[in-house]
Amino acid sequence: MTAATTPSPLDGTATPAPLLLEARGVVKHFPIRTSNGKKIVQAVDGVSLQVRAGETLGLVGESGCGKSTLGRCLVRLIDVTEGQVIFDGTDITSMSRRELRSRRTGFQMIFQDPYASLNPRRRALATVEEPMRTHGMGTDQEIRDRAMHLLEIVGFDPSYADRYPHEFSGGQRQRLGIARALAVTPRLLIADEPVSALDVSIQAQVLNLLADLQRDQALTYVFIAHDLAVVHHIADRIGVMYLGELVEVGDSSPVYNHPAHPYTEALLSSIPVIDDEVEKRDRIVLQGDLPSPIDKPPGCAFAPRCPYTQAICVSDKPVLQMLGDGREVACHFPLAAAATTTTVAT
Amino acid sequence: MWRFAGKRALAALLVLFAISVLVFLIFFATPGVDPAARIAGRNASQETLAQVRQSFGLDQPIWVQYGVMMRHLFIDRDLTSFVNRGAEVIPQVQQAIPVTLSLVIGAAVIWVILALVMGVLATAYRGTAIDPIIVVLGVIGVSLPVYWLGEVVNLVTQSRLHDSIFAWVPSLGYVSLSEGFGPWALHLLFPWLTLAVLYAGIYARVLRSEMVGAMNEDYIRMARAKGIGEWRVLLRHALRTSLIVVVSLFGLDFGALIGGAALLTEVVFGLQGIGKLTYDSLQNFDLPVILACVLYAAFFVVLANFIVDLLYAWLDPRVRHV
Amino acid sequence: MSESTAAEPLLDVRDLRVAFRTRSGTVDAVDGISFTVGRGEVLGIVGESGSGKSVSMLSVLGLIDNPNCVVEGEVIFQGEDLLKLDDKELRRIRGKEIAMVFQDPMTALTPVYTAGWHISEQIRAHEKVSKKAAHARAIQLLDAVGIPNATDRVNSYPHEFSGGMRQRVVIAMALSCNPSLLIADEPTTALDVTIQAQILELLRDLQSEFGSSIVLITHDMGVVSQMSDRVLVMYGGRLAEAGPRRALMRDPLHPYTWGLMGSIPPTDGTRVERLAAIPGAPINPSDPDRDRCLFSSRCSFASDACRPQPGLVEHVHGHVDACVLPYDQRPALRLEALTTVTTESGASA
Repeated sequence: MTAATTPSPLDGTATPAPLLLEARGVVKHFPIRTSNGKKIVQAVDGVSLQVRAGETLGLVGESGCGKSTLGRCLVRLIDVTEGQVIFDGTDITSMSRRELRSRRTGFQMIFQDPYASLNPRRRALATVEEPMRTHGMGTDQEIRDRAMHLLEIVGFDPSYADRYPHEFSGGQRQRLGIARALAVTPRLLIADEPVSALDVSIQAQVLNLLADLQRDQALTYVFIAHDLAVVHHIADRIGVMYLGELVEVGDSSPVYNHPAHPYTEALLSSIPVIDDEVEKRDRIVLQGDLPSPIDKPPGCAFAPRCPYTQAICVSDKPVLQMLGDGREVACHFPLAAAATTTTVAT
Repeated sequence: MWRFAGKRALAALLVLFAISVLVFLIFFATPGVDPAARIAGRNASQETLAQVRQSFGLDQPIWVQYGVMMRHLFIDRDLTSFVNRGAEVIPQVQQAIPVTLSLVIGAAVIWVILALVMGVLATAYRGTAIDPIIVVLGVIGVSLPVYWLGEVVNLVTQSRLHDSIFAWVPSLGYVSLSEGFGPWALHLLFPWLTLAVLYAGIYARVLRSEMVGAMNEDYIRMARAKGIGEWRVLLRHALRTSLIVVVSLFGLDFGALIGGAALLTEVVFGLQGIGKLTYDSLQNFDLPVILACVLYAAFFVVLANFIVDLLYAWLDPRVRHV
Repeated sequence: MSESTAAEPLLDVRDLRVAFRTRSGTVDAVDGISFTVGRGEVLGIVGESGSGKSVSMLSVLGLIDNPNCVVEGEVIFQGEDLLKLDDKELRRIRGKEIAMVFQDPMTALTPVYTAGWHISEQIRAHEKVSKKAAHARAIQLLDAVGIPNATDRVNSYPHEFSGGMRQRVVIAMALSCNPSLLIADEPTTALDVTIQAQILELLRDLQSEFGSSIVLITHDMGVVSQMSDRVLVMYGGRLAEAGPRRALMRDPLHPYTWGLMGSIPPTDGTRVERLAAIPGAPINPSDPDRDRCLFSSRCSFASDACRPQPGLVEHVHGHVDACVLPYDQRPALRLEALTTVTTESGASA
């Protein structure tokens, strides 16, 4: 999935591509009122990550891990509570709406629910034209032509331009959302669970489309999903999130085949495998429920469910540390197998 | 649950206070209007005006006036109606209350039972002919203005067929419960039915629409998959969840009716309830009585809302934590 | 479709058809499927939207509440044809002999009643036990499905449980009368992956302990391959392929099955450049052109031989499929399908 212009970070001879997006210590808290008084939902609790131009960063995690919230923070759909978001070298964290507006053409978002994210009263062509009109990107005719071109790129016949969202299938709506996102020629696309709501065969089509677009339009993706196999397929690097924190970051295949964090290991092992004779992992079935981001335990957030917890895990919160080969883990006892990874298996 | 009730009670009290202030201000602080003249009524003499000013403290600051009024109303209970030549207001209201309560509670019992039966039957037989018949009956009920229906009922029972079928119907008016259940109920029978017809229609339709919606829910399919009989599914699962909406509506309507919205029925059937009292006092512009009636009505609406909130939480456990 | 053992199957579905009469014509949601479920067996039914997998099992229990629905065929369960029973007789079976677990645990339980009430209701609908005894059994069941503090939680309302816990409650309820067959319709689709693993493990444990058969409906090939003894692949209301799990997963015969498996990113750690996506969209159930293999419009090997609908052919014992392609060429064709990566992105989907 790596674009030809971005050499692999593992290849020591090439210089890495420039940083396109950076998050530094992003924190997002939501105050809520419960029957037990005022509480805080620590949706995102100090996440720092880097995305280089041309790559795909996958963010994985289950409900409550904060990946969607983080995605929205990265495009400033939500304002962060603390921390910084830096896009293409510019700190956009506290920019005014007006300043931000012109920069918004640099990054766009694709949403999970293909129906809810499209205005049901707007035809396909108008949906794609709108962002261009908002940013004044040309004359009416130029905008219209470009919109038709975009519809074609995502695989629509010109006759579809006049249809309403309800006349499209789920996969088609998602393509429309992608066309709309591409209208302003962004460099970065944040895709929030773009294929979760689709049938398996359609999912594959949309994933292929995203891969083709990345190659043809030199796009950078942050791909948020709960399906590790999908993320492994499409991402160059994977970030695993748990309760608002990044617990592991690294290149896709090493993380997938040799996880360093116990949660990643458990997550991977719970993926149902098709051919059980080639079973490579021990099945780790976690006990208990997903905890809530309201009352986070002190120390490591995963300690209550971790099979390898020790005393220090409960008292001291581990921070992200470099493990070598671009891998970072937030764990007091990273898994041994990870330390011996060598080259990426493709 | 208790914290919930406590919070709601506090809120209710605050609302009542706010209403009393608002009502007071409307009557006593509207610019260009002399409250004394209003209270004393038309063609009042100068002495009456002076008396009014003195007794209501109208030359004092506004909050003192408010305090005085509230004292007259609730503590001393000696508020008098000048228009009505010194008739005491509070006793009038107190006498009217049982009439309205009897009317509304009786009608409510009838309409709730009717609505339940109609709504459940319409849902159980949806898709067959029974469903639209029941709905149409409900629409007819809603469409008949209560004053017209009441007059027609009177025409039939008091006059045209009074000598034959409806000889047992007593003449218009209210008989207190202390004089026996029979006479009390008999006097109220037709007022009850007239008022109930309107509301039964509305509630049957609301209930039916809620229940039919509920029947499409996943938990109904799950209930059937458990092997439960269809009537039990209808009553214990669909009806129970649909009641929540109906109860909220009911509380609001009930509160409004007790507060005086049953006015038309009372006038038509000659019942001296709060509605009629308010109506008469408005005709005479008898300010103290109006004031007392409005506050009384507000109190009951707020009380009804409060009870509905509690009932809602009891019926729907999901609400309790809010 | 016969069992490898001589024992009579628990459930024998013969030529099941479910059609819906709509204003624009008849929609054949299930179009003549036949299969069996043996005692103690786990049957996985895989398919995408419009495949008819859910509708077929709902019709088995008569749970389709649509007056415009027509069900034909035979469903033989313990000697009786379920489709010929009236509602009263079916109620005897529902919840007692055949139990169901649905997809969305969030909406499966009437929100105004506690977990214990729900379980008791099911028990007392079929057995003459006192409220107290039913309540005690509810606690035992909640404990058996792994809900901590069962004695307290039995009085909790559905909204007080998390998704995974609620699904356990539903499973406890389903097993309360020891059914011989459990139908689970996408039981883990709405759950997180680690919770899904817990629930699937629970189902496996309960199945081996109670010996019930399970029909597991899902779109997830991974779930099917983890849980099933035998697998059915459905497309457009018809059976595309059916057979023992290992054989079907290793050497699938039908092009649709190839497509399904190629659409999934490999789970074994390898990465592919492009997924072998099936072009086009899953068939629209109201498409009237049904006198052909319904998959042919999306199949790279379609030909005139795909008309009329090919019948189910058993090439290997217990493994059948509905495709006219020569059996001995299938492995080669499958490889071809996987490596032929389309350059378009499948525009009509």
